[in-house]
Amino acid sequence: MIAATCVVVVILGSLIAVILRAETGAGAGYLGASDWSAIRFTVVQAVLSAVISVVCAVPVARALARRRFWGRSVLMTLMGAPFILPVIVAILGLLAVFGRGGVLNAALGWLGLPAVQIYGLHGVVLAHVFFNLPLAVRFILQGWQGIPAERFRLAAQLGFSSGDIWRLLERPMLMRQLPGAFAVIFALCLSSFAGALTLGGGPKATTVELAIYQAFRFDFDLARAAVLACVQIALAGGAALVALGLSGQGGFGSGMDHVVRRWDAVRAWQVGLDAALIAVVVVFLMVPLGMVVLRGLAGMAEMSASVWGTVLQATVVSIKVAFASTLTMLALALPIVIAAATARPWLEAVGILGIAVSPLVIGTGLFLVIHPLANPVDFALPVTALVNALMALPFAVRVMTPAARDVVRDYGQLSASLDMTGLNWLRLVLLPRVRAPLGFSAGLTAALSMGDLGVIALFADPERATLPLQMYRLMGSYQMGAAAGAGLILLLLSLAAFRLCDWIGEERAQHADAG
Amino acid sequence: MLTLDKLKIGYDGFDLSADLKVPQGARVAVIGPSGAGKSTLLAAMAGFLTPTSGRILWQDQDMTDMPPGKRPLSMLFQEANLFPHLTIAQNVALGIRPNLRLSPEQKDQVHAALTTVGLQGFAERRPAALSGGQQSRVALARVLVRDRPLVLLDEPFAALGPAMKAEMLDLVATLLDNTGATLLMVSHDPADALRIAPQTILVAEGQAHAPQGTQTLLANPPPALRAYLGT
Repeated sequence: MIAATCVVVVILGSLIAVILRAETGAGAGYLGASDWSAIRFTVVQAVLSAVISVVCAVPVARALARRRFWGRSVLMTLMGAPFILPVIVAILGLLAVFGRGGVLNAALGWLGLPAVQIYGLHGVVLAHVFFNLPLAVRFILQGWQGIPAERFRLAAQLGFSSGDIWRLLERPMLMRQLPGAFAVIFALCLSSFAGALTLGGGPKATTVELAIYQAFRFDFDLARAAVLACVQIALAGGAALVALGLSGQGGFGSGMDHVVRRWDAVRAWQVGLDAALIAVVVVFLMVPLGMVVLRGLAGMAEMSASVWGTVLQATVVSIKVAFASTLTMLALALPIVIAAATARPWLEAVGILGIAVSPLVIGTGLFLVIHPLANPVDFALPVTALVNALMALPFAVRVMTPAARDVVRDYGQLSASLDMTGLNWLRLVLLPRVRAPLGFSAGLTAALSMGDLGVIALFADPERATLPLQMYRLMGSYQMGAAAGAGLILLLLSLAAFRLCDWIGEERAQHADAG
Repeated sequence: MLTLDKLKIGYDGFDLSADLKVPQGARVAVIGPSGAGKSTLLAAMAGFLTPTSGRILWQDQDMTDMPPGKRPLSMLFQEANLFPHLTIAQNVALGIRPNLRLSPEQKDQVHAALTTVGLQGFAERRPAALSGGQQSRVALARVLVRDRPLVLLDEPFAALGPAMKAEMLDLVATLLDNTGATLLMVSHDPADALRIAPQTILVAEGQAHAPQGTQTLLANPPPALRAYLGT
């Protein structure tokens, strides 16, 4: 209850601070032409990103649903990676492929074709598709795997062709699954900050989140930032609530490893098509990441001692922030999950509240609250840790609550009959039994927090930087080699943080159940 | 003496009333048609259901409002009597201290109980490594160390084969011989009742009747029981 109250106070407090400021500030309620264009751009890029991700994901998900092949489970793990991949690292990888000096333009130049530009609307959309295509695939694949194996057996028995299966089994499933996938991705893209910051910018390609940041950093126009934050609340909050309603269980979690045996689509061209689709996706996802590794290694070699110094300093800061953020998330999530599983099911909704607000909005709110009292810059790191914990909270609550409900259902009476209550119950029953989702959530939080470039950009001064911010600064000063080196470190750190937490959870859980 | 004093239980749209006494040390089967409320009756005694009215007493002490873990009874459920993530020894030790902080004497007690049920050497394994019958033995070892005067069994052996179930019932009888505890045992099989419970509470048509001789009841069943037994 206390944890839930804290969450509500911080989130609603920030919102109220933002709204109050927007009302009293000069030019309240007034949106300039550039603001309207930011709103328009935000919606357009989100629609495009969601449509492209979902449309491309359908054939890929179908290929994955009906083919067994070597490396499939590795590929499924890879599809989960964008959850923990720092946005700024991915963008560095995309720049290495599609950017001015990238692989693609090198190839085009060699063929004598004109170079392509990555900056602008298509660049932002490209980055969003890179992140959300795997999410859409997982989402839709879940729908495919929700079709019982018996249906496919019956279909084979009745001699259905692939077309019949499509009409009678797959299309109805997609009709149910696609609106949710679209809504979730649309909502995620509405809050895009880092993508727009690095690949967008300029009057034509500014999202509302980016406009908040610019009002803050460049104009220090807090009133305008607050008005924009209100717009963002309405936009992203509304979309998030719709998405939450449509999506049911999200596209994360495990259980994607089984392939339902099917008897259709065995002709050579069908197998070839599926193989080609899967190959294209692997290339699209892996080449940018591979470029990060290659350029990162090269970049590290040419980094000067002073650059190494700042990068390592930022690395230490990032590890601290991620650690604090993970602990904060657990301290908030556990009480909420327990209460949601036992007495107050509606509390799950409080945990999910964070999904309706964006980091920059909460950041703006906290800035407005702290500003009259102290120098917000001094609170840059705690605020970053707190906001990242709040952002990860919805995922954690959603992943852990069902597990906690199972524990209460299966072992509630046994625990009560043995007089196991309070901390004893927490220590001996709940924590061991939710260890796997707990570790997964902690890993997710650590990785998200490690790689986040959001609030920190709002609060930080030149003295303080997390690794993603340091990376962004290096990119901004055209030290692309050093940025790539920092990017590689960040990538490894995020993966390591996630794997460490997830491994702790899994290791113990397996130990417990295998006996 | 266990007393159900003008007890009324309302649950899922049906009412069950009970006004009866069970003498200390008695072994009583609880028999009746499916859905008549056998498990409901035990759940109320164990504290998982709050009765609409009436009282539940043990030796004249009212336990109607006590939390489940404080009641002078041990209960075994139909399933999930063990925590899969804890060792056999830990599962038994929970019966002594729910926080698992045991003194050396108490640890000896746990091992003695495991020996009594024939599971010496299994202490450090986990439930998944044991057969169904062995898991039942662990649960019984815990009943033994808890040493409460009343034992409630809600068909914990239902999933076992006939031979194994008979073995478990005999083990229960042996344990009760040593502890002198009072037994209430839900069963849908008259053979279980005949095997270890000289007396039977019939639960039928919204009422739990006072205990009566198992053999006489089964030899001459009332209509509701006859329809269920198919005799």
